[in-house]
Amino acid sequence: MTPLLEIADLHVRIGSSHILQGIGFAVAPKGVTAVLGRNGAGKTTTLKAVLGIVPKTGTVRLDGEEISGLPTHAIVRRGLGYAPEDRNVFAGLAVTENLRLAERGRGPHRYDLVYEMFPELRQRGAQRAGTLSGGQQQMVAIGRTLLNDNRMLLVDEPTKGLAPKIVTEVADVLERAAREVPILLVEQNLALVRRIADHVVVIEQGAVVHTGKADSLLSDPDLTRELLGVA
Amino acid sequence: MTTTADVPETVTVDDIRPRPASPRSRWLRRGVPLAAVAVLAVLPFSTVDLPALLPGPVNSPGSLQLLAICLVFAGLAATYDLLFGRTGLLSFGHALYVALGSYTVNIAVTKLDLALPAALLLAVLVGLIVPALLGAVALRVNGIAFAMVTLATAQVGSIVVMSDPGRLTGGEEGLPLAPGAIPGFLSGVANTANLYWLALGYLVVVLAVIAWVVESEPGRVWQAIRENERRVSVLGLPSYRFRLLAFVIASFLATLGGVVHLFLVGGSSPQITTSNFTLAFLVMVVLGGTGSRWGAMLGGVLYTYLDHRLAALGTSDAVAGLPEVLRAPLSEPLFVLGVLFIVMVYFLPGGLASLTTRLRGSSK
Amino acid sequence: MSNIVLLALTGLGLGALYFLIASGLSLIFGLADVLNFAHGLFLAVGAYGTWWSSTHLGLGFVPAVVFGVLAGTATAVLVEMLLIRPLYRRTIEQVLVTVGLSLAGVALLQAAFGADPLTFPRPEWATGTTRILGAIVPNDRFLLIGAAVVVLAAIQVFLRRTRFGLIVRAGVEDRTMVTALGINVRTAFTLVFAIGGAAAALAGALAGVYFGNVSPGQGTSLLIFAFIVVVIGGMGSVTGSAVAAVLVGLVQQFTSFYAAAGVGEASVVLLLAVVLLARPGGLAGRAA
Repeated sequence: MTPLLEIADLHVRIGSSHILQGIGFAVAPKGVTAVLGRNGAGKTTTLKAVLGIVPKTGTVRLDGEEISGLPTHAIVRRGLGYAPEDRNVFAGLAVTENLRLAERGRGPHRYDLVYEMFPELRQRGAQRAGTLSGGQQQMVAIGRTLLNDNRMLLVDEPTKGLAPKIVTEVADVLERAAREVPILLVEQNLALVRRIADHVVVIEQGAVVHTGKADSLLSDPDLTRELLGVA
Repeated sequence: MTTTADVPETVTVDDIRPRPASPRSRWLRRGVPLAAVAVLAVLPFSTVDLPALLPGPVNSPGSLQLLAICLVFAGLAATYDLLFGRTGLLSFGHALYVALGSYTVNIAVTKLDLALPAALLLAVLVGLIVPALLGAVALRVNGIAFAMVTLATAQVGSIVVMSDPGRLTGGEEGLPLAPGAIPGFLSGVANTANLYWLALGYLVVVLAVIAWVVESEPGRVWQAIRENERRVSVLGLPSYRFRLLAFVIASFLATLGGVVHLFLVGGSSPQITTSNFTLAFLVMVVLGGTGSRWGAMLGGVLYTYLDHRLAALGTSDAVAGLPEVLRAPLSEPLFVLGVLFIVMVYFLPGGLASLTTRLRGSSK
Repeated sequence: MSNIVLLALTGLGLGALYFLIASGLSLIFGLADVLNFAHGLFLAVGAYGTWWSSTHLGLGFVPAVVFGVLAGTATAVLVEMLLIRPLYRRTIEQVLVTVGLSLAGVALLQAAFGADPLTFPRPEWATGTTRILGAIVPNDRFLLIGAAVVVLAAIQVFLRRTRFGLIVRAGVEDRTMVTALGINVRTAFTLVFAIGGAAAALAGALAGVYFGNVSPGQGTSLLIFAFIVVVIGGMGSVTGSAVAAVLVGLVQQFTSFYAAAGVGEASVVLLLAVVLLARPGGLAGRAA
């Protein structure tokens, strides 16, 4: 299986901090690839570097095409859907406006799918996104990525700070979405990773320290503790 | 609106400690300036004629007057750089303090018949109290809001001066210094050399104060504030008090500069109250190079010299021969300076001061 | 009573001018982080464009204003594309470039048209007066207020009803996230410069009517008050600018009339200080 996304020798420097120090891994064209690591290891920065949101050096290939030199909007238009950390929705815009903004190209835009997965968003269409609960904001953030025909989703800590019931809901959605489109997922919740991830990439201090099947890492308590500091 | 990454915020006190200078650079830092001051100090004895560059021989009153004005503006630009380049405070109201010095002393001696020492003392007091009060309020806000508050405050000063309250400021006409109000050795064309030395003295004092304060603890905190205000607060340093200190020192030195400017040009003109006057400082500092040792001074000299000489160039034979389309803009010094400024921002972002580092870098 | 009516309408007229300048400044700052000092130049181009096309091309008042507004818009678009865009994400340099432009531009106008004020061609009806509640009000006040209301409504329709308006509103909140949705936000930059340039140029033409003449430095002092309006209203908020413009215009007129000259301006600065100390983000800003 040739990888869909190939990252090699990715470096990010911000000020005097060398945040990514030669990250390299590949993302399979199917299923969920989870990026794991301690806080501050560089997981979010890796996603942002792939999208060109932070200045970087190195190569990023999407389906063989070099995209690292492109501006963010051009990278995204190649078929990457991004749900940022902290459910970064436009607080001052209505829910429908948040979704409408995410429409790319002529469409069709799959509002049916989004509203089927998140019926609440239809009811709260006119509400300002800033007044939604954390879980609802996450629905907007994920809904935005499902609207378009993406080749891949980049989802950053979708369950951070959410109630357990909502976490399950989000996991259901991601699992269902993963049947159609591969997902690169940054996640701290190992239970969730165990449930939906196929592959894992572990990052430590800006470098990849482990790649492999999700099962083989998470079924080995010693290795898990060594790499992630938790069991 | 800014991109945030999960940057580990590593803060150490070492970040604001000074780096020791090598003996060679220490010699350069002390020796070259002293030599430069010595050369500048003996200029009034030189009879060299530089026809293209100066209006007459170096020691002619016209040339000395021009050079003196350049020196005063070099000093004023350095005081502005203390705010913008050293501390990262973008003020649009620096003109207010120059005007404060000029008008305070002028009104005191010309309208209130105070003796000069009393007037100078008054200027010192006003030059400390006003910036302390206005700065205390303006610095409650940061960034663009601070810039706007300083802009607005200075604009009020400008409007007050223009409206000639109690017939004190002379309104749009300005206020000429009363004859005999200042000692004879500082007035009259024959004493231009004394004014020149006064201007040089002012520049030396400004540079010395700035060099001293930048090397000491406040200077290192200012640098830290400029680079990362949040980090300074994290260290538990009261960034507000240090910013206020920078504001008061810079404004006070500008007030003194206003007094020297008053003696030099023999009066106060409302032009020195306008926002464009402050913008000129910004242009000087950027032209020369922000936050560097000599940049602001170089920029101040270059800007002032061009501002005065381009007007002469505009009427010179070389330009007169050009077609109208070119001649008209070239006779406007601000057009040439504005364009030069934009070109510098694009192609030499570090200003003139960065040329030396660039040359040094390429010779290695 | 008649004094109050006249002062209120004059204050609103002045506020209308401030709003026309401030709305564009606010959008440009909100979206692109650029404190645009060249805005006074756009205003001056509008004023001189109107004057020139009226006196040299013999255009009537309305076509002349249209000409002036087009000239101002074109200037704004060229400035954005040629000078601002190459410095993308270097906001301090962008501000410096607009400072240079404001200096060079005003000097260029001075070279072309002279430093002295030129008499502005005012239409007959604008020089007349109307009686309202016992006050004799110059008609130009209504022209200013009407123009500002139309522009405010047009900008609101643009922001609320069009996709570009949506992009601008979102971009004011979080520019990076807009690009992360696959939108080229720089197109929106050009657009807000065009809108801001058009509104400022209209303000220039109307200021010519209001003051009766046009001079190269006219934009500068108006620009300063427009900056104050933007800060009081909250950067990036057009509605906030509208409220703040009315507030500033009225405060300035009433205090100038009932107190000494200069007090009006001082009151405005006081208003600015009070608003900033109470709400650092301005009236419409999020309390930061």
